[in-house]
Amino acid sequence: MRQALEGSQAIARAVALCRPNVVSAYPITPQTHIVENIAKLVADGELKCEYVSVESEHSAASVALGAAAAGARAYTASASQGILLMCEVLYDIAGLRIPMVLTCANRAVSAPLSIWNDHQDSMAVRDAGWIQLFCADNQEAVDTTIQAFRIAQDTDLPVMVCVDGFTLTHTLEPIDLPTQQQVDGFLPPFVFARALDPRKPLSVGTLATPEWFTEARHSHHGAVLAATDAIVAADRDWQQVSGRGCGGLLQVDGPADARIGILCMGSVVGTLQDARDAMPELPSARIIRLRSFRPFPAQALREACAGLDQVVVLERALSPGAMGIVGAEVRAALYGVAGAPRVQSVAAGLGGRDMPLTLYAQLIALAQAPATTDFAILDVELDKLPAADRYPEAAVAVSSGDRS
Amino acid sequence: MSLDLHHRRPAVGVGVSKGHLGGAIHGERNAAAARASALVQAMIEVRIHGRGGQGNVVAAYLLATAAINHGDHALAFPAFGAERRGAPVAAFVRMAKQPFRRRDQVAHPDFLIVQDEALLHVPGILDGLKPGGGVLVNSRRAASDLGVEGNVQTVPASELAIEHLGRPLPNAPLLAAFLLLSGALPIDALKQAYSERFKGATLAANLKLIDTAAAQVEAGAWQESADAASA
Repeated sequence: MRQALEGSQAIARAVALCRPNVVSAYPITPQTHIVENIAKLVADGELKCEYVSVESEHSAASVALGAAAAGARAYTASASQGILLMCEVLYDIAGLRIPMVLTCANRAVSAPLSIWNDHQDSMAVRDAGWIQLFCADNQEAVDTTIQAFRIAQDTDLPVMVCVDGFTLTHTLEPIDLPTQQQVDGFLPPFVFARALDPRKPLSVGTLATPEWFTEARHSHHGAVLAATDAIVAADRDWQQVSGRGCGGLLQVDGPADARIGILCMGSVVGTLQDARDAMPELPSARIIRLRSFRPFPAQALREACAGLDQVVVLERALSPGAMGIVGAEVRAALYGVAGAPRVQSVAAGLGGRDMPLTLYAQLIALAQAPATTDFAILDVELDKLPAADRYPEAAVAVSSGDRS
Repeated sequence: MSLDLHHRRPAVGVGVSKGHLGGAIHGERNAAAARASALVQAMIEVRIHGRGGQGNVVAAYLLATAAINHGDHALAFPAFGAERRGAPVAAFVRMAKQPFRRRDQVAHPDFLIVQDEALLHVPGILDGLKPGGGVLVNSRRAASDLGVEGNVQTVPASELAIEHLGRPLPNAPLLAAFLLLSGALPIDALKQAYSERFKGATLAANLKLIDTAAAQVEAGAWQESADAASA
């Protein structure tokens, strides 16, 4: 039923529809409303679940790990510094191949302190070995949350559902919340084959000597790569149940004969799409939205870029001293592909900086520029900085120069 | 949004106080009305200014909920700044008949709703307001006494709320007045939004407050001239 819901409230309701056994969380802006709403559902008796309030995010993730290892469907949520405090446990969860779901209400990472949205937090744990799915809107946050529980148990991997802080979590919009019957039909009860059982004692997470560590890494890496199938299948099956799909690994939209592509992740996609419609005088770009960042859908990306001369990657985080993170990965995926487009990347929307419709025109202009900008931060207002902190464009734009 | 006039005309017996606008700003008012009319084809963007604790975000959520319940597409979201009681805060609403996807901040609102008239003197409060855009202020004073140029309307929202709710929560009167002035949505859509959020005596008092406030502004003031202009 279509109803007006705040994103966090909708996500909480989606989690509840998945019948978690254990939810463990520590509040942090902008994730707070999600766990607050879940706690309320438990307190009101609408959700039968063990809700564990803990003293830190490290404990929140640890409780979820232990619960899932014991065979419980487990959930937690966090953001920013909370994700960083969880970091070592996140690696544990993934390395132990524990299926569970975490919502990351994407927020910038300190310092300087910012409560606002960008993607630096989930990027900071990109290599932990979790599946990472980014949501375009709150309907997709609901649908992806439900799919995530299914993907987790189909792959024995943890899934991080990334939703833009405030831009999604604190935005009220029309949501079609599925019925319990729809979710039950899609998501079978959680059965964990390796669940801890006192009748069959075993040790997990023990020391892996050099004889074994490489093999553990191999199987983990292979499992995350192979998860593309489970992600696509979950989206396809959910579409049959709900009538709504989220694009599987990535979503492509725009004219078939487009020469310029814009690649992004998260909720900025809607602004870019509306901007394209609002500016018919500009070239109409193919907009590619990566939904799955881990596993990185290299093959689907190559297909999505077919026919393009230009790709501009818009990202919400960076690796200081190197370049944009997504941009580098897109470039790697297209390296050596015959007829591959030129790839440029820019960071924007950092720490909650608004991304207006005019951003589309900036990205088109970059695509049309003869010089190649491997990476740049957009909209830096140099006059705000002391002279010593001002770097001329040439000094900070990572540029490959003439590659011909 | 399509015009649905019978929704926004005052009920028989409802007193209408003619606007407090001086002749000098009638041009502004006509422009606002023209804007309201043009917007019914497209999108209405509203910025709500208040102070932490006044229910600033709730006001935006209620307005968007009313639009969504009415079958329109709407988003409401806060502009988070300092989260403390009394600090100036703002929230946005974007609403349209047709679905839209953009999530950028509202830089050029068609309408401002100001929950505390003292905020009118905070620099930047009127920034970006489209030419002729409407400003609705919670104030006991006449709009012409506020010292603000433009298409200003007032409603004594805090006083009405104290009378009906016992607390100076200005949302119900302001939102009712806004819907009457702009004709953006039928008042019943707002009442439905309230009935989803509140219960019992609180709900009853708010619904009565909505009717009382609606009777205190000139229905269609931001819109009737537009009808004439487009006729």
